[in-house]
Amino acid sequence: MNNVDVILESALSALATVADLVELEQVKAKYLGKSGELTGLLKQLGALAPDERKSAGAVINAAKQAFEAAHNARRDAINAAKLEQQLAAEALDVTMPGRGMGTGGLHPVTLTLERITELFRSMGFEVADGPEIETDFHNFQALNIPEDHPARAMQDTFYVEGGDVLRTHTSPIQVRYMLDNQPPIKIIAPGRVYRVDSDATHSPMFHQMEGLWVDEDVSFADLKATITDFLRRFFEREDLQVRFRPSFFPFTEPSAEIDVLGEKGWLEVGGCGMVHPNVLANVGIDAERYTGFAFGIGLDRFAMLRYGVNDLRLFFENDLSFLKQFN
Amino acid sequence: MQFSEQWLRSWVNPSISSDELSYLLTMAGLEVEETTPAAPAFSGVVVAEVKEVVKHENADRLRVTKVDVGSGELVQIVCGAPNVAVGLKVPCAMSGAVLPGDFKIKPTKMRGVESNGMLCSGKELGVPDEVDGLLVLPADAPVGSSIRDYLGLDDTLFTLKITPNRADCLSIKGLAREVSALTATAQQPFAIAPVAAVHDEVRAVKLAAGKACGRYIGRVLKNVDAAAATPEWMRRRLERSGLRSISAIVDITNYVLLEQGQPMHAFDLAKVDGGITVRFAQAGETLVCLNEKEVALASDTMVIADDSKALAIAGIMGGLDSGVTTASRDIFLESAFFAPEAIAGKARTLGFGSDSSFRYERGVDFELQRDAMERATALVLEICGGEAGPLTEAVGELPVRNDVMVRTARVARVLGISLSADEIGQTLSRLGLPYQATAEGFAVAAPSFRFDIEIEVDLIEEIARVYGYDAIPSDAPRSRQSMLPLPENRRPRAAVRHFMAGRDYQEVVSYAFVEEKWEADFAANLDPVRLINPIASQMSVMRSTLIGGLVDVLSSNINRKQPRVRVFEVARVFSKAAGGFAQPEKIAALAWGPRAAEQWSLKAERVDFYDVKADVEALLAPRRPSFRAATHAALHPGRCAEVLLDGQVIGLIGELHPRWVQAYDLPSAPVLFEIDFAAAQDVVPVKAQAVSRFQAVRRDLALLVDERVEVEAMLESFACASSPIVSEVALFDVYRGKGVEEGKKSLAFRIQLQDMTRTLTDEDVEPVIAAMLSAVAADHQASLRA
Repeated sequence: MNNVDVILESALSALATVADLVELEQVKAKYLGKSGELTGLLKQLGALAPDERKSAGAVINAAKQAFEAAHNARRDAINAAKLEQQLAAEALDVTMPGRGMGTGGLHPVTLTLERITELFRSMGFEVADGPEIETDFHNFQALNIPEDHPARAMQDTFYVEGGDVLRTHTSPIQVRYMLDNQPPIKIIAPGRVYRVDSDATHSPMFHQMEGLWVDEDVSFADLKATITDFLRRFFEREDLQVRFRPSFFPFTEPSAEIDVLGEKGWLEVGGCGMVHPNVLANVGIDAERYTGFAFGIGLDRFAMLRYGVNDLRLFFENDLSFLKQFN
Repeated sequence: MQFSEQWLRSWVNPSISSDELSYLLTMAGLEVEETTPAAPAFSGVVVAEVKEVVKHENADRLRVTKVDVGSGELVQIVCGAPNVAVGLKVPCAMSGAVLPGDFKIKPTKMRGVESNGMLCSGKELGVPDEVDGLLVLPADAPVGSSIRDYLGLDDTLFTLKITPNRADCLSIKGLAREVSALTATAQQPFAIAPVAAVHDEVRAVKLAAGKACGRYIGRVLKNVDAAAATPEWMRRRLERSGLRSISAIVDITNYVLLEQGQPMHAFDLAKVDGGITVRFAQAGETLVCLNEKEVALASDTMVIADDSKALAIAGIMGGLDSGVTTASRDIFLESAFFAPEAIAGKARTLGFGSDSSFRYERGVDFELQRDAMERATALVLEICGGEAGPLTEAVGELPVRNDVMVRTARVARVLGISLSADEIGQTLSRLGLPYQATAEGFAVAAPSFRFDIEIEVDLIEEIARVYGYDAIPSDAPRSRQSMLPLPENRRPRAAVRHFMAGRDYQEVVSYAFVEEKWEADFAANLDPVRLINPIASQMSVMRSTLIGGLVDVLSSNINRKQPRVRVFEVARVFSKAAGGFAQPEKIAALAWGPRAAEQWSLKAERVDFYDVKADVEALLAPRRPSFRAATHAALHPGRCAEVLLDGQVIGLIGELHPRWVQAYDLPSAPVLFEIDFAAAQDVVPVKAQAVSRFQAVRRDLALLVDERVEVEAMLESFACASSPIVSEVALFDVYRGKGVEEGKKSLAFRIQLQDMTRTLTDEDVEPVIAAMLSAVAADHQASLRA
């Protein structure tokens, strides 16, 4: 039986040195194939006496199992090494840039408007819209600004052929909305507006947003609260100082300018007031039963303050190097 | 409006600082735009009298002076000013003085001669005058007194932005009234006494302009010295109010305007032919005004006329010919009330206005004319001498002041604060508004100087102003709550924009007014909406397409060396339409340059029609737009399509026409689209369909067709012959070249079939495919590629 041990030993050492699966199968064939050495021993068992055959058979089978176990282990090791090699070869430089399109972005005034819209929606204000070429009635008269009123000089107006105007403010949107809807009315109305003016702080086209809340018992205190709340949320400063300063607009009374305290002192950021009874009457709303407030802010100015832009003209030059900063 | 704080404080002097006064006015609605000191800070300068002047022995241009500064001893000072002379009173900076710019005066030697101070020019003290050399003071200036006190330089100039409703604050008198009410400080007594007539010459005054002129007071003053010098105090107050001194009489009328708020005019009596008539201009009448402009007077322009001609435009400007000059001897003074409605808008029409028209169109106190006339008369007599005649007053229709009711409960409702009737009454008293208590509140009679108190809310505003906006609480509002609608078939505006940003487009904002040429080039629009008063010729018409703006953005960014430009804009466009203007909102985009930014793994391919088409399809998804070859002024005729949804044209897409690529100096053509914004917002709400659990069958068909056959037309033919089991038909390959005859192309379609109830067999599929094949064969002569 010494022969079995010798064969097994040489078989195991042959397995230990194979480098790939082909060699591995060749070794297997050499020992367990049809004419393999261990197979040969098994074949010789028939010549032995029955009692010897049993014990010799057990020895050979044990050797065969030992070989198969070693063979499987070797196969797994070779496969594992192969996989390892493959994975190493497939490794990427994960720091290289991704492929395909980039992303664009929104104009800073739009970003500002979207934040403001969200803030007011959270308080139940809906967005309204209207035309930019407006009639004298909607832009002026309905807002209590009759022809030749000195207040018209406050807004230098663009006129189009035929006598209509480019709206000088977003207030005509509130006129249109109130003509179509009865209170409760709670809207904001953003848009482009136009005035004959052009320098570092004025653009002939710019963006405004109007707000309007008309209902029973809407008061000046509600106006102050709403605007103050808005400004603190927008600028994300709970301690922001907000000041309401008496002023005059033909379409509101009492009227106020809205100032916030900045690093360099008080800064005007908008106008507001209680909707003038004449305006309510002009649009068919019962001014005795309902009260309301309106306010207007410059979206470009809010964008400038929020993002630290100091020249209004940058918003209209459309220089991609400037705009892409906001992406 | 600009005024001197000292002048105001001579009327009412509350115990508050200049800064506090400024804050008070601002918070009362009289916004202080600016405060500036009358002179810069300096010290140690006194009034000196020059006693001796001798030539400097070592310098031709210097003189050695001895001056009296009131110290008992004469002070030797070397001086270079050309106008220094014995007997002059001049400012002297003594040793130890600090002049503006932190310039310290010390004893020194100039070319070997001791100098113990400096004689000063106006410029050196920061109060420039027109004299070259030393500031010459009046002969009665008290030697030794501080120049700051003597010239009243410790004054602050306030510039106010007075809103159109507060004409009553356009004078020192009005401001004093306001400050008195706001600070509860009594005003200094200021009485105007009537001047007795010493002759009886008058000019008859006739009012013939109806409601436009409510009152006209005239007076003849004889033998005045119109060339008299304006006194220093008056000149100073005028200058600190922003007015230049012109001549004594004119200065007096301006002074009364500033002090009382009443515009005045002085005519040279010799130029007035007969009596005065206030009337509207006659046809063809013209007048050369004081500003030397000749005006053709419109028939709604009110004039002051004599028996033969118009002398002045009422309330706006006097005539050049009839105005007082320094040679005038007898004058006719005017103090009138003209109705705001009669003056409003006239300055704008004329192209010029005046301090008078500014006040008249906002409202002048209609009870003020007599006081103003007496005040002006007294000043003329004091400064120019002369003899006053009696007043001639004509009164027409004056404004009527009805009682205005204010209800205590309404005050609470509008302001959100509860004020007691007592508090409201006190506020009205402080404002000088006479009232009577009523059951619900107060009946208030608006005074003649207020033109902004007509209805209840006008009074509520006054109450709020005096109560203080700051004092009104800003508690969170309580209101009826309801949720906002959120329609799912309408994509939010923000979502559309974010979608475009996500597809690598940058949002831009360009002007709505453009060059007229753009409209012709990019929209073939020869009749655009024109502006009457454009700010510049390249911004003279309203755009009917956003394409021009995008091409301009492209061009400017190419100039800034951007290698790749993808931009979009959402805005209204404008065109003429029946009965007015069409102004729909559009979304437009432009892509130019490589498909993707230059990088390591993608071939640098230029973006083309189909890239942008995919963007349009994705933007409109889940709706499926169709595209129809079209032509458009801006776009390449062979690479342009209309975009349709449900058969309606909603926009267009294409490559910029080579003509414009060249004309606008672009290196290559961009691809653009422009569609109705509303279409991009439209979404069809989802209705879920059952999904088949049986396997799908795929059949590919490669078809040879003529080059001109459109894929869309093929798909339509397939659709007509289709069956319910066809779940998808799609083009997956286009081939031209070897094996395909010239002028033809091979289109490969994938046809997917699937049934809801069972697995399909060849017997199900083949007849359907055969029908579809014969449809395209019949419609487009398509044949299966061998």
